[in-house]
Formats: sequence, structure tokens, C-alpha cells
Amino acid sequence: MTDPAAPVVEMRGISIEFPGVKALDGVDFRMFPGEVHSLMGENGAGKSTLIKALTGVYGIDGGTISLEGTHVAFGGPAQAQAAGISTVYQEVNLLPNLSVAENIMLGREPRRFGAIDWRAMRRRSAALLQGLNLDIDPGSLLGDHSLAVQQLIAIARAIDVNAKVLILDEPTSSLDSDEVAELFRVIRSLKEQGVAILFVSHFLDQVYEICDRLTVLRNGKLVGEYLVEELLRIDLVQKMIGKELTALDDLEQRARSVVVDESDAATFVHASKLGRRGGIQPADLPIAAGEVVGLAGLLGSGRTEFARLLGGIDRADTGELAILGRVTRLRTPRQAISHRIAFSSENRRDEGIVGDLTVRDNIVLALQADRGWFRPIPKKRQDELTQSYIQALNIRPANPDALVRNLSGGNQQKVLLARWLAIAPRLLILDEPTRGIDIGAKAEIQKLVFTLAENGMSVLFISAELEEVLRLSHRVVVLRDRRVVADLENDGLTVDALLALIADGSVEADDTLLAASVVASDAAPPAASAPLAPTDHAPGGRA
Amino acid sequence: MTNLLDAPERPKRPSRGGGAADRGIGPGSGNRPDAAGGSRVARIGSGIRSLLTSPKYGPVIVTAVLFVAVFVIGGVRYRGFFSGQVFLNLLVDNSYLIVLAVGMTFVILTGGIDLSVGAVVALSGMIAASLLQTGWSPAVVIPLILVLTSVLGLLVGLMIHVFKVQPFIATLAAMFLARGLCYVISQNSISITDPTFVQLAIARIPLGGNLSITPSVIIAVAVVAVAVWVLHATRFGRTVYAIGGGEQSGLLMGLPVARTKVLVYVISGFCSGLAGVLFTFYTLSGYPLTAVGTELDAIAAVVIGGTLLTGGYGFVLGSVLGVLVLGVIQTIITFEGTLSSWWTKIFIGALLLVFIILQKVLTARRR
Ligand SMILES: Nc1ncnc2c1ncn2[C@@H]1O[C@H](COP(=O)(O)OP(=O)(O)OP(=O)(O)O)[C@@H](O)[C@H]1O
Ligand SMILES: [Mg+2]
Repeated sequence: MTDPAAPVVEMRGISIEFPGVKALDGVDFRMFPGEVHSLMGENGAGKSTLIKALTGVYGIDGGTISLEGTHVAFGGPAQAQAAGISTVYQEVNLLPNLSVAENIMLGREPRRFGAIDWRAMRRRSAALLQGLNLDIDPGSLLGDHSLAVQQLIAIARAIDVNAKVLILDEPTSSLDSDEVAELFRVIRSLKEQGVAILFVSHFLDQVYEICDRLTVLRNGKLVGEYLVEELLRIDLVQKMIGKELTALDDLEQRARSVVVDESDAATFVHASKLGRRGGIQPADLPIAAGEVVGLAGLLGSGRTEFARLLGGIDRADTGELAILGRVTRLRTPRQAISHRIAFSSENRRDEGIVGDLTVRDNIVLALQADRGWFRPIPKKRQDELTQSYIQALNIRPANPDALVRNLSGGNQQKVLLARWLAIAPRLLILDEPTRGIDIGAKAEIQKLVFTLAENGMSVLFISAELEEVLRLSHRVVVLRDRRVVADLENDGLTVDALLALIADGSVEADDTLLAASVVASDAAPPAASAPLAPTDHAPGGRA
Repeated sequence: MTNLLDAPERPKRPSRGGGAADRGIGPGSGNRPDAAGGSRVARIGSGIRSLLTSPKYGPVIVTAVLFVAVFVIGGVRYRGFFSGQVFLNLLVDNSYLIVLAVGMTFVILTGGIDLSVGAVVALSGMIAASLLQTGWSPAVVIPLILVLTSVLGLLVGLMIHVFKVQPFIATLAAMFLARGLCYVISQNSISITDPTFVQLAIARIPLGGNLSITPSVIIAVAVVAVAVWVLHATRFGRTVYAIGGGEQSGLLMGLPVARTKVLVYVISGFCSGLAGVLFTFYTLSGYPLTAVGTELDAIAAVVIGGTLLTGGYGFVLGSVLGVLVLGVIQTIITFEGTLSSWWTKIFIGALLLVFIILQKVLTARRR
């Protein structure tokens, strides 16, 4: 394992206070060369704040920081970078108006005779992208890529420098398992070169796979530092939340046992041949009231694009959408909302929260917009709503007047969810709703989704985490290469079976279990060259 | 966690937003599935489409087409319009505005605005006129003006950066300050009789074939060339774009955001001073009330030239095109003869409106 001699980073007694919140309270933290270290804790525990303290984004109110034995106090990320600390902050912090190559190289562009050497820059960034197995044109605009690709580009930027310390704050929150594998390969090789790597993630599997040591924070205080191999998961969770967690197991039982009663479950929405050029090929999708439908597929398989059509964010150019049997054209999200269809975007920072508004304003935003601005929601009602969601989702700090931009990433996500739940939707479209959310809160949210579905709300659920899709969904729709390739009852489906289907659609891949449960396999020929025949859902689907 | 690496024929990861990735490398390279089977014409069509709807190139291309169209219309309607000298006169008459627009482009690219430029043009005219009157040498006066206006820009930049004053407010204050200083220098017009200035005002540089330009044009062209180079090929220039794309992100990426933001106003101040000098070559006088509203002409030129007011997208050459569009409209109105010069303003207003709507429509198409 690691050389116990000298830590490369050592932070002692770090305290940071924001108005009203003690974000860090006397935290000690250290990292050794050649180790992968994880910072663990619930949403709002102070992980990102500790990282920002180390890299000079925030000044510290107390404590000392040393790098390779010498005291440092960085005035900003630029200085930290110069000293050999390379950081990918939480949320993608790149520039959508510049090319991918520039986003990777900005600030250290190769130059010839004082001018930027664009050819060399492209070449170098292409090589870096290749190293992450990312097949995109370095000359393309960053803003044209999905959040996951952007996340990878941010990582490429960070690993390009010869850093002593590499910090990755929730780098895998939007990534699929194969991208994660790619990232881990890179992390391992950097580790071999003696780089100290800080890896923050809410996925315990990932932490246990890649990390050597971990530090647990709770409410801004240090709980302890542990060797990963000596700490059982159950103990880790207990240290993080300070109590035992049983909710997840409960849920599993419940999900399997709930069956949509099809006799009185009216179809709420029915998409027929709904499609959009360059987004998703025409596809059918009925969703019954009270049904949870999961969308599974690789990055760029069209899952978000499909959801955006149903949510009225993008306009479909083929096919039609029937809501309660009536054909309806959704041109704007507003129209969708008036039909009680809510779309919660995966990109919470740019398409979700309004950072400069308070928690309360963010939560009542959609409801108020739907009522019209001339009928303000009474203050008392606003407070009730806000309080109830703060409690239900455990939003921290539990202060309705806090600015959302000052909340931790996971808590921002909870506020966004609360906004859509507040309009009491009949169809709730959730694109990566649990991105960056800690396991305790994740269980709460999943439970909530379930309760709402039992009360008749339909849910379209997208997640890169297949376990989660399987846990929650009654039905799983699989997409590949921008078309729907299967529509399966979630009845004995396994992650492996789903993965096989997502990857190449060959049903005879391995599982006999799968063969039995693929209902639409005949409609999706393995060759996948012919356009998809209409999925005849109703008769076989519920068998 | 299951590893997909060993799965046979793992599908290549496509980027989202079909065909987006091939933007910027020209038509014909589109490899989106719906274009793959189509003919070459269709492919070029979609290439043009994606170029037009790109927030980066779309507006500039539209402006270029517009400029050519207006020029052709003028050529068809009026005799003698379609000549090289008419085009060159656009440069001669607007060289100061080109320089102003260059400075403004830097500012707007960062998402800021500079309302002081018109007043600074007047101020540098006043300084020049009054100092030359008392017998100072132009070799001292011109550099002095450039230094003073750059310092004014520096103060504005510091105000914006250190005290977090909105650029709109900070430059508005600078505008009043500069205009006020004009009156402190003199209430009346001061004419310039300095031989060097007079020489520069009447000098013509022949280009052969009855064509000629003024020294001002050469200065303006040089400024444009330097600006293009700085914005395209230096780290400073790329940081200007970065700030427009997202100041917070730029900061977290470790870019010198503070320095760049302040420098941009220094550049705008410098350009205003230089434009003021060019303007006095043109008018041979200093008058406290000149160039009122010129800042708005400069902003209009930059916006028509395709620079987004929110920053991050745009080119200096686009702004030059914007100035030329404004100039050609003015020329047409002069050729028309019967129209009062106020029509220029009305046309520019209408054009600006049409243009901004067009930008919106084009970029909305992408979604
Ligand atoms: N700029 C700020 N102003 C005020 N409070 C802040 C600010 N930044 C963070 N906080 C508060 O500090 C606490 C710690 O936040 P931090 O972002 O470090 O959490 P985290 O552990 O990274 O959580 P997550 O897992 O959700 O990302 C939170 O209560 C947050 O609201
Ligand atoms: Mg965080």
C-alpha cells in the first residue's frame, strides 16, 4: 500500500464558517502519495468545502494547510494549480462557448512564437481524449455535448497536467459503468506514478473498488480516517449518517411486490411513433397511471432526448402524443406543466435551479408559474409547502431563506425535485434525479417516488445506475443508438441481462432468464438495421 | 460493478445533439445518421444549416450576406454607387468608429458594456485641440491622450472588478465624468490649426486607379489586425472569451480572470482615445458636444456584427462588418438625396431589431 512516511497534503484543524452555517469545524485531513483517498459524507457534510479550502477558492477561518511539508495558503485555483494540485470541482465548470480542445488546454495552450499553436493543441487534446476512450472531435463546441461527456472532458483537463495531487469531486455522477471503468484505469495508472488522488463519490461500490483510504465527515466535523479494507460498508454508512440504514432493503421488497393493477389503470400518456431528427427515432411508449417506467441505455442512446419530447422541452417532428386518450401537441414545457407533466432535468445547474433565489422561491416556482403570476400563492401556503418538502427530503440547511446557490450539490438536487413534486404532477419525468445524492437521501427519494406512484402518479425514470432503475421500475424500456429496442416487464430482470441488451441487443447473450422476459424481442431484430417495427405493447406486455 | 469493456463490438459513444460534433470543420463532414444516406447536396445543405444556426458563425455570416446584399441593391439603384471608391469611403468615413467598435468588442465579449466611449472621444478631441492651441507638439499630445484614456479605462475596470460595480453603472459614471471634463476644458468649439494635424486630415494615400484612402484608415486597419491576432492567438484573448462563457468556471479553471477583466476596459479606453484622435483628423476641431450617442453606434455595430451581448461569442471582423453595414446604409441615404439623415437612425434601429430577432431564431433552431 502507501508509504506511511510523509503525507503530500496535510490539513489541520480547518474551520470555515458561512453566514449561519459552520461548514467545517476543526477538520484534519491528509493524503499520501500514490494512494486513492475518498472523502465520504452525506450531502452538505462539507466535502466540497474542504476541497475548496485546500485549493484556495475559500479562505479558511482557522487551521493550517501544508503541501509536502511547507505551509501554503493559496489565493485561488490558479495558484493551487501552479503548486501541483489539479482539481475537477463538483458540477461541470467548463466553457460551453469554446471548443473541446480549448476547454482542455485553456491556460496552458502550446505556443509558437508567442501565438497559440492551434494544431498542436488539437493534437494534444485528441490524444488525451483518446486516453479516456472518448471519440469526439476536439474542434466541436463543448456546449454541444452531453453532461457526461463534459464531465469526462473536465477530467481530461485535470489529468493533462503533471500534478502531485489530483482532486475529483463527484466525477462519476453522470457516468455509465463503462466510462467509470475507463476513469478507474486512468486513476490506477496515475496512482502507480505516485500521484495522490482524492475521489469523492456517493457510490459505495466505486469507493470500495478504487480507494485505499477514506476520511468520513459529518456535519462539518471529522468522524475519522480509515483504511478501506478494514471498514465494512455497513459501518461506513453508519459513520456517515450517524445511525443505521434499513430503508433501502425495505424498498427492494416493496418494489417487487407492487403490481400495477391493469384493469383500472388507465393509460395516462401514450406516445406513438414519437420522434425527432437527430434525437430519437420514432418510438412508442404507453405509460399507465401509477406506473413507473425506467429508461435504460448507454450515454447518447437517446434516453434524455426521448424524455425531453415527453416533457415538452423539445418538439417532436414525427408521431403524436395522447394524454388520457386525447391527442395533444406539447410545444413548450409550460403546456406540459398545464397537463401536469413535469420534467426534471439532469443538468440541474443550467436547466434546473435558480441559484440566486431562495429555497422557498425555487420550490414554489413551477407551481406559481402554472397558477399565473397574477395569482400569487399566499405566503403562508408557500411556507407550509417549503417546510413540508424540506422535511420530507431532508434538505439542509433547513432554512427556506437560504440562497440555493449556497447549498451543497445534493441539496440543490433535492430542491429541484421538490419544485416538481409541488405541482402534484400526473407524470413526473426524472432525468438522473439522484445524481450526487447521498445514499440516505436517495432511499428517501426512491421511497417518495414509490408512494406517489401508488397514489396514481406515473413516473418516467432515467438513471445511469441500472440497479436503481431495476429497483424502482415496473417496466424497463431499453434504448440503443437512438431507438427503442425493448420494452420489458421488470419481472426477474437482472442488471447483467439488462446490460447485455443495452450493449448489443443480442438476446441469446447468456441469460435464459432474460429470454423469458423479453417481450418485444421479435420487434427488435439483433441486426438493428431495419427500422423498428411498431412495438405491439399491449397484449404480450402484461403477460 | 459490471464492466462493459470486454463486451463484443461495444458501440461507439455518439455525442448528443445529432451532428453537433462536426460543426466548425465545415460542410461535407457531417456524419449524422440521417445525413449519411443522403446525397452530397443534402449533406452540404445540413452543413450550411448547422453553420448558420451555430451561435459562433451564424450571425457573422448573416451580416456578411446582408452587407453584400445592401451594397448590390445600392449598385443597382444608383449610378456610380458600385465603385471601389464608394467602398473605400466607407472606411475613410468610419475609421474612428471601427477603432471604437474593436474596443467595444473586447468589452462585450466578456459580457460587459462600455457606455463611456462617445464621451471619451469628445474628451480626447478637446484635450488635443486645447493643448495644440497652446503650442504643444503633436508628438507629445497624441501619446498623452492615449495614456490618459487608458488610465481612465483602468479606473473603470478596477471599479468594476474591485467594487463589483455593474459595468453599465461604472461606465455611465465615466461617461458623465468625461463629458463634464470636456466643458471644464472649454464651453466652445476649438479649431485645430496645427500643421501636422492639418496634413494628416487632408492627406490621401493613392492606391492606384483613382483610388485613395486616408492615414486614419491605415491606423484603423492596423488596430483591427492586432485585435484579431490578440483575440485569436493569445492566452489573454482566449481568456476574454472564457469570461464571457462563464466567469465562475474560468476562475475555477485557474484563468487570470481578474487581470483580464480589468485589461479589457483599458483596451476600450485606449481605443476610445485613439478613435478620438482619428475623429479630430476628420473634423479638425474639438467640441464638447461631439460624438454624443456614438457609444450606441459602436454597440450597434458590434451587435450587428454578431457578437452576443451576453458575451462569449463574436469576432472583431464581425464588428468591422457591422460598422460597414451602418456606413453603407448612410451612403445609400446620401445617394437617395431626398431623405433626411434621420432616416439613417430609423433604418439602423429597424435593422438592429431584425438582426437580433434573426439571431434568436437561428440559435433557437438548434434546440
Ligand atoms: N458559499 C456558501 N455560502 C453559504 N453556505 C455554503 C456555501 N458553500 C457551502 N455552504 C454550506 O456548507 C455546507 C457544506 O457544503 P458542501 O458543498 O461542502 O457539502 P458536500 O459535502 O460537498 O455535499 P454534496 O454531497 O451534496 O456535494 C452546506 O451546508 C452548504 O449549504
Ligand atoms: Mg459536494
